[in-house]
Amino acid sequence: MEKRELTCIGCPMGCQITVTLDGGEVKNVEGNTCRKGDQYARAEVTHPVRVVTSSVPAEGGEIAQVSVKTAGDIPKESIAAIMEALADVRVMAPVRIGDVIVRDICGTGVDIVATRNVERRAQ
Amino acid sequence: MDMNKTKIAIIGGGPAGLAAAIEARKAGVESILILERDRCLGGILNQCIHNGFGLHTFKEELTGPEYAQRFIDQAAELQIPYRLNTMVMGIALAQDGSGDKLITYLNREEGLVQLRAEAVILAMGCRERPRGALNIPGFRPAGIYTAGTAQRLVNIEGFMPGKSVVILGSGDIGLIMARRMTLEGAKVQVVAELMPYSGGLKRNIVQCLNDFNIPLKLSHTVVNIEGKERVEAVTIAKVDEKSRPIPGTEERYECDTLLLSCGLLPENELTSGLGAVISPVTRGPEVNESLETSVPGVFACGNVLHVHDLVDFVSQEAGQAGANAALYVSGGTRTAESEDIRVKAEGGVRYTVPEIINADRLEDTLTLRFRVGAVYTDIYESVYLNDKRILHRKKKIAAPGEMETVVLKKSAFQEVSDLKSITVKLEEE
Repeated sequence: MEKRELTCIGCPMGCQITVTLDGGEVKNVEGNTCRKGDQYARAEVTHPVRVVTSSVPAEGGEIAQVSVKTAGDIPKESIAAIMEALADVRVMAPVRIGDVIVRDICGTGVDIVATRNVERRAQ
Repeated sequence: MDMNKTKIAIIGGGPAGLAAAIEARKAGVESILILERDRCLGGILNQCIHNGFGLHTFKEELTGPEYAQRFIDQAAELQIPYRLNTMVMGIALAQDGSGDKLITYLNREEGLVQLRAEAVILAMGCRERPRGALNIPGFRPAGIYTAGTAQRLVNIEGFMPGKSVVILGSGDIGLIMARRMTLEGAKVQVVAELMPYSGGLKRNIVQCLNDFNIPLKLSHTVVNIEGKERVEAVTIAKVDEKSRPIPGTEERYECDTLLLSCGLLPENELTSGLGAVISPVTRGPEVNESLETSVPGVFACGNVLHVHDLVDFVSQEAGQAGANAALYVSGGTRTAESEDIRVKAEGGVRYTVPEIINADRLEDTLTLRFRVGAVYTDIYESVYLNDKRILHRKKKIAAPGEMETVVLKKSAFQEVSDLKSITVKLEEE
């Protein structure tokens, strides 16, 4: 039996979670205070996931950059590839929260969406 | 100078100001005005593009701008007026015995304006501790930024402040920027923290440093900065228990950027100018159970009151300030027959907010927020009314970087006859 100590990143509570593994199989999760913690712990020891947030240029926008995120969890190991793919992305203002900026980023099945409204700059 | 009037003036249109305005309007106050210094509402959330906001409020994980927009939309639906690019220069008590407050503000459209308000809600937020407040030796080249300045440059303006980075201080913004600059291609070499524990949230250590193998050196500080025009190297050293650098432990990092994440200070120049009592511990105004400062009709909430870790709690606190300001202007403030009691923070508890309680003025519950002064494990948080313990809660871990909250029922206060003292403390058992 292997025990792994984790700090939950599900929310800022940062619960200390102990996961008991047996041959790669999760046997027990302890220390979490919600369901999300249980899910996080199970995913973290088998296939860790993250949400990536960044910003990309908003051409013609009232501000230079529009913030974006992956609309859901992506595998942790694809963070670098996603950032590389985002390096060349530009959008035209106006942009609304939830607008899809890149569909299915890096084959993860997850879209990149805007997280801020950016109006066009007044002429 | 024109003289305008409003029932409630709110200084600051960030998360605190917005939530306060929304609750005041929901409580029936028609005449409200938000004064905001920046070009848009939402405050610092606009540059906090990372996720993790709103879990308590909306039961989902939002980024800063998304969280702000929910409140901006609500304020718009409620048709709450606001002025942008507007700087408040001062707040004073009217000298005509009315109890009104006179706010002097300035903007391009209206010029210098005096606004008469029955109640004021202070929601100005906080500022970062700059290099000048830190006594770091060495040269003063370009390339030294507070973490929040770097955050604005990267996330809103689209500039990278540097390529090779050392970070002093492990506050949350510093940790977030360690990840952000790494993702944008910079090499973040080390985060040095003066204290023997991190000032940031645990989850940020995990997902911003550990995920990217960025070392966190506790009990370390910067002892030298090199470079005439631009930062060329930063030297850090280990410190002893009195925070003095230990000779022989120096490590030199060649880099072009030093980010500072060394704490936040509530921005209370206006509050002091008004003459409200400021707490030397929180550096925010002292408030009572209604979040009212020592000046009647002036309320405070959010980071100007005390620095929070979570915007969700800012919104809650600000909503309460808004509701209480609404009660004040409608003349409905509950009357108190008993004396005000100053809360005693003892045994590892650094402070509480509010500091002053009158149980008669409580609605149903009292939310007490506090911070501890060091890292404690397997400790009990206790609240005493006189010598009766009304709360005893086990904590696996309590740290200065994480604000604690206890909610007490009004009935608990009513059950104690002749209430003389309220004490919040940590106990070993």
